[in-house]
Amino acid sequence: MPKLIKDRAVVDDAWTLVREGSIDELPVTPVIIPLGLWQQHRDALHERRDVGVWLAPSDDPDALAGDVSSLSLIAVDFPQFTDGRGYSTARLLREKYAFAGELRAIGDILRDQLYYLQECGFNAFAVRSDRDAAQALRGLDDFSDNYQATVARPLPLFRRRPEADRDVATQSS
Amino acid sequence: MYRYDRHDQRFIDERVAQFRDQTRRFLAGELTEDEFRPLRLQNGLYIQKYAPMLRIAIPYGLLSSAQLRTLAHIGRKYDRGYGHFTTRQNIQFNWPRLEDVPDILAELARVQMHAIQTSGNCVRNITTDHFAGVAGDEIVDPRPYCELLRQWSTFHPEFAYLPRKFKIAVSGSPVDRAATLVHDIGVHAVRDQDGEAGFRVLVGGGLGRTPIIGHVIREFLPRAEILNYLDAIMRVYNRFGRRDNKFKARIKILVKDMSIDVFRDHVEADWERIRGGPGAVPDEEVARLASFFDAPPYERFDGEDASFRAALADNRAFSNWVKRNVFPHKVPGYAVVTLSLKKTGVPPGDATSDQMDAVADLADAYSFGELRVSHEQNLIFTDVKQAALLALWGELKALGFATPNIGLLTDIICCPGGDFCSLANAKSIPIAESIQRRFDDLDYLYDLGEIDLNISGCMNACGHHHVGNIGVLGVDKNGSEWYQVSIGGDQGEHASLGKVIGRSFAAVDMPDVIERLVDVYVERRHEDERFIDAVRRLGVEPFRERVYAEAH
Ligand code: SF4
Repeated sequence: MPKLIKDRAVVDDAWTLVREGSIDELPVTPVIIPLGLWQQHRDALHERRDVGVWLAPSDDPDALAGDVSSLSLIAVDFPQFTDGRGYSTARLLREKYAFAGELRAIGDILRDQLYYLQECGFNAFAVRSDRDAAQALRGLDDFSDNYQATVARPLPLFRRRPEADRDVATQSS
Repeated sequence: MYRYDRHDQRFIDERVAQFRDQTRRFLAGELTEDEFRPLRLQNGLYIQKYAPMLRIAIPYGLLSSAQLRTLAHIGRKYDRGYGHFTTRQNIQFNWPRLEDVPDILAELARVQMHAIQTSGNCVRNITTDHFAGVAGDEIVDPRPYCELLRQWSTFHPEFAYLPRKFKIAVSGSPVDRAATLVHDIGVHAVRDQDGEAGFRVLVGGGLGRTPIIGHVIREFLPRAEILNYLDAIMRVYNRFGRRDNKFKARIKILVKDMSIDVFRDHVEADWERIRGGPGAVPDEEVARLASFFDAPPYERFDGEDASFRAALADNRAFSNWVKRNVFPHKVPGYAVVTLSLKKTGVPPGDATSDQMDAVADLADAYSFGELRVSHEQNLIFTDVKQAALLALWGELKALGFATPNIGLLTDIICCPGGDFCSLANAKSIPIAESIQRRFDDLDYLYDLGEIDLNISGCMNACGHHHVGNIGVLGVDKNGSEWYQVSIGGDQGEHASLGKVIGRSFAAVDMPDVIERLVDVYVERRHEDERFIDAVRRLGVEPFRERVYAEAH
């Protein structure tokens, strides 16, 4: 079974990713389908709790606004790791639509992008199949914190810097 | 200036470790060239014509003497003993070895410096007014906000893979010395009707192959919302900016294609969602950052220094230097001094390691151990006692940094061009030098007054040629180097883009061309009229006629 990083551990991936296909060909095992297919057959598929949806970089997460509470998995595709649209897609899914299920990065997923992906709300990473997931896992710890408000750390550093850390006493000028 | 606490230090230490490992994996063949490229670019490492080039960030142009000594040391140990200050207030080294870069970054981290996000499709070094904090016309000191933006933009996880590079400039004064109108985002301090200070935000300005003056996206933004608002702008750009064509990928193209009104609607809608949220900046944080920029312990003087005034009266060379290179300070008895890196025969913006060490010593002796880099590629001491100016002038002369030409025709902004840069169509440094040689008569230069001459070796416009009063652009014609000339560009609050005067010229003709442009100005100017104002009044035509009539 293919490997997946999920919640900071390497696990077997039970889901099948369907890049394209028709509703009749869907496997009966857990499956991640394209947004278009989901939109056409939403009603028919709603019963199945083991259907996830993947978004292309140009897909608007708003298209899943009504589904976030029922879907257990949403994936975001990165055809190339240099295409950064999926970072915003993830953040919107988490922060604007309050999606709480598994948010999975798929496509050109490599170790050196994992930290930022995690901060933007992904908790699962389908590392490219020619790379070792266990090695890639270390990328999640490249940094120990951020300056910004992120999905993973909703308070920016400036709201968390304890007084004791401050080199210079606060004074108004 | 800002000093790192343990958080800031830990971030850059972690970054050095990360890049060391990435470099190791690249050299071991575990990362492909394509996978490594964005990683090294975001650590400042660019592959140039002859060797890698490392661009080190000088956040908003501020440097301590200790940091400058480290730069000098890096120049000596890893390079050929010199560095090049850029129009983005950064410094570049042109000859480091890839294998050495992690060590260089570790040395930088020890003095709270880095090369993070100085290249690549991410938010670049924030730039600002090089007179921040000492100019008398400030609405707010931009430096605390620059530091706030530096932290916000550093390792921003959502915006590391943008469609294209992204440049932000901040101005705290109505007089815009930071070229904010030609940045992806320009942030301008303004006051509302009640006198409350906030920001006007501009978006979509830029130079490069499609030069555009920025559009106002918001007339007044409360200061606390600066990060939320920039997040909203960046998010719209990250999602909708073009990625299919790198020449159409800057935010200016998106704003143009969407129209500023539609773009604004997107941004404002997203801002409404996050407004007042955790990204809103508490006053205490701004105060904390501001405390790092408190005024140095100035001595008290009543008005002008008498010895300084006497020296001005009986030393003409000194008074010429003061006239051009010294700027008034808001505190009585102090002055702001620009060190000209535009001596004829030296590539504009270059300094040797020995010169850097000497400047660091002078900064300690004369200006509280700090200095600045301007986007005109000069260095600045912001806090010099008037009584010490004569002595400082003597020291700077010995170093070759006292050329009294700031703002004059020979204070040329010039990119590295074909001598170093693999993207260049043509060389730019030799053009600057040939023009400096032609205009070597200082009296004549003073008489000409302020003329900005900017040179870029290609359309990427690193030399800001569009906003030069005279702009020179290297172009390629059938494999040979030619130069296109424009006039009427200007930076600052009246920013305008120059107009091309006609077909391009060979390198040897450039000094003549500039001389003819200047001749028309001298003949037709009104009293006290600057070159740029004469061009605005007369239009391009008389200049064009003269240049091409006499050319053949
Ligand atoms: S303007 Fe062109 S030639 Fe000059 S430094 Fe930039 S990219 Fe290189």
